[in-house]
Amino acid sequence: MTGKLKAGLAALALTTGMAQADSVTVGMITTLSGGGAGLGIDVRDGFNLALEHAGEHNIRLVVEDDAQRPELAVQIAERMIQSERADILTGIIWSNLAMAVVPSTVAQDIFYISPNAGPSALAGANCHPNYFNAAWQNDMLHEAAGQHANELGYENTFIMAPNYPAGTDALNGFKRYYEGELAGELFTQVGQTDYAAEIAQIRASGADSVFIFLPGGMGISFMRQYEGSDVGLPIVSAGFSFDQDVLPAMGSAALGVINTSQWSPDLDNDANARFVADFQEAYDRLPSLYASQGYDTANLILSALEAADVSDMDAFRDALHAADFASVRGDFEFAANHHPIQTVYVREVVEADGVLTNRIIGTAFERHQDVHGENCPM
Amino acid sequence: MSLALVLEQLLNGVQFGLMLFLMSAGLTLVFGVMGLINLAHGSLYMIGAFCCAAFAAMTGNFWLGLVAGIAAAAAAGAIIEVTVIRRLYARDHLDQVLATFALILILSEGVRLIFGPFPLYLNVPDVLRGTVDLGVTRYSLYRLALIGFGIAVAVGLWLLIAKTRLGIQIRAGESDREMIAALGVNIRWLYTVVFALGAALAGMAGALVGAIQSVQVGMGEPVLILAFVVIVIGGIGSIKGAMVGALLVGVIDTMGRFLLPRAFATFMEPSQAMGVGAALASMLIYLLMALVLILRPKGLFPAHG
Repeated sequence: MTGKLKAGLAALALTTGMAQADSVTVGMITTLSGGGAGLGIDVRDGFNLALEHAGEHNIRLVVEDDAQRPELAVQIAERMIQSERADILTGIIWSNLAMAVVPSTVAQDIFYISPNAGPSALAGANCHPNYFNAAWQNDMLHEAAGQHANELGYENTFIMAPNYPAGTDALNGFKRYYEGELAGELFTQVGQTDYAAEIAQIRASGADSVFIFLPGGMGISFMRQYEGSDVGLPIVSAGFSFDQDVLPAMGSAALGVINTSQWSPDLDNDANARFVADFQEAYDRLPSLYASQGYDTANLILSALEAADVSDMDAFRDALHAADFASVRGDFEFAANHHPIQTVYVREVVEADGVLTNRIIGTAFERHQDVHGENCPM
Repeated sequence: MSLALVLEQLLNGVQFGLMLFLMSAGLTLVFGVMGLINLAHGSLYMIGAFCCAAFAAMTGNFWLGLVAGIAAAAAAGAIIEVTVIRRLYARDHLDQVLATFALILILSEGVRLIFGPFPLYLNVPDVLRGTVDLGVTRYSLYRLALIGFGIAVAVGLWLLIAKTRLGIQIRAGESDREMIAALGVNIRWLYTVVFALGAALAGMAGALVGAIQSVQVGMGEPVLILAFVVIVIGGIGSIKGAMVGALLVGVIDTMGRFLLPRAFATFMEPSQAMGVGAALASMLIYLLMALVLILRPKGLFPAHG
């Protein structure tokens, strides 16, 4: 009897021990409440869809809401590392939160894989072997917008972004490739809802076009008010302000806007076709670029786990860097600073089957890489 | 910098101020009459906007949506007063802050459960689309209508408080709660009505502003903070103070965002001036509040002497 019990206990200990050794804990800190909730929910849902597609996997996903507050994100990160024993963190949407969480996380020998925020500091001087960005460096899509503004023949563009790290990156990115004059340059507040003062300045500036970076609800407010003001100048932007999370609420104001993105729902590859169809079926809405990034982040982690054990940090890091997975954006590889080298497309907002969505109309950059890598010692 | 631009910015400031007034009027009424700090006032603003958007989408008519939004906010206000707030009048302000903060969380999650996490679509009614020519500049017709609407509501509120029986009871309640109860006024009923009235004003502001902004969960909190600034500047409990404070905050905030970066650009590099100017502009109304508190600690128009 005692023999049986002992054997049973030993077997039990063995199985739980194995479960612990085998299961990899991924902590997702993302924005699930407040004005930015749509972005975080899309990243989470995209991530979960990839886990579902993978079938059998050993990832234990722990999701927590940061409410878009840096101090809360720092607390959650500490908790996930200390009590959940997370091996990998991911999920942060906003660059100011990423700057608060990522440096201390990667310094504790925890991997951080960004599904969205890509502040320039983390791509340049503060890059880290344990930090990977599966989305883009912040500047990238804005550089493409600047490049495309040249092609559209714009010569006097008014540029505007919120006053936080990603906003600064946006304006710098746009200016890096844009060759015309600037009719004006404005920083707005993060979470600002009224843009009357800014629209009045656009009207008075004599600009021939407008570049904005206003993700989430900020973009909805701006576009509604911009449409109502009859200023009517063409808008060129990065995809963040014109994707599936905000288009339904923007309505006709967004129709025809040219924006740049590394992904689009109509991007023609097998992985993307499956992703778009299954996302729609699972969640009853079209995926946004944030969802595509969540999906890619999960697949990147899954591919690395297949090749190496997360406890062998060097091997796992190499496996991540190899990026051996079918990205929904087609070709994908990491540069030396662990940020993607990828194609950036030009899209147009169109109405299809009664729903506003994006269609690819061209390519801004092939195999584009960010400029901050040269300051990165890796 | 042309006259047209300055005029347009002034109009923007006045319009912003009048919408802030709708928010702060309810807040200051509730504080003046019941002595209650209601942090959940922003949630009523959100409820107004969501119900307006949902109803307008259902019926295709913005005005029906507006009525629904106001009614829903008033109803939510009355329910909240009867079930939660009523128990808080005798407690100290910290308990009130705690309880109404809990209400923010509950109402935000509730709205998310019902309407989902993504922003709703609400557009301005067709008749108010486009712009009007004001001679020197073109101005959004809807914003102009908001100015008219705000003034009409302010006048209506003044008439209500100065000329009606309910107004007399509200004013009496502000000066001496026990005495009007002793005189036979049903104080419980009065409190519910005042709270619902404040909620209706917040819901109206939410629905009106929702048509040109993003109707999303948590949209009320930034406005709530501004509304508190307004009533501290104006004098807590005073409707007149709320009006003056709201217009001051609206105009100073708008003009600051517009003028400060330009002022800094005269002696700094443009993109640096933008950053510094924008940062300082966002502090401006709080500096104003600090200044008012130093010079007149009870606000510009103190309600109780």
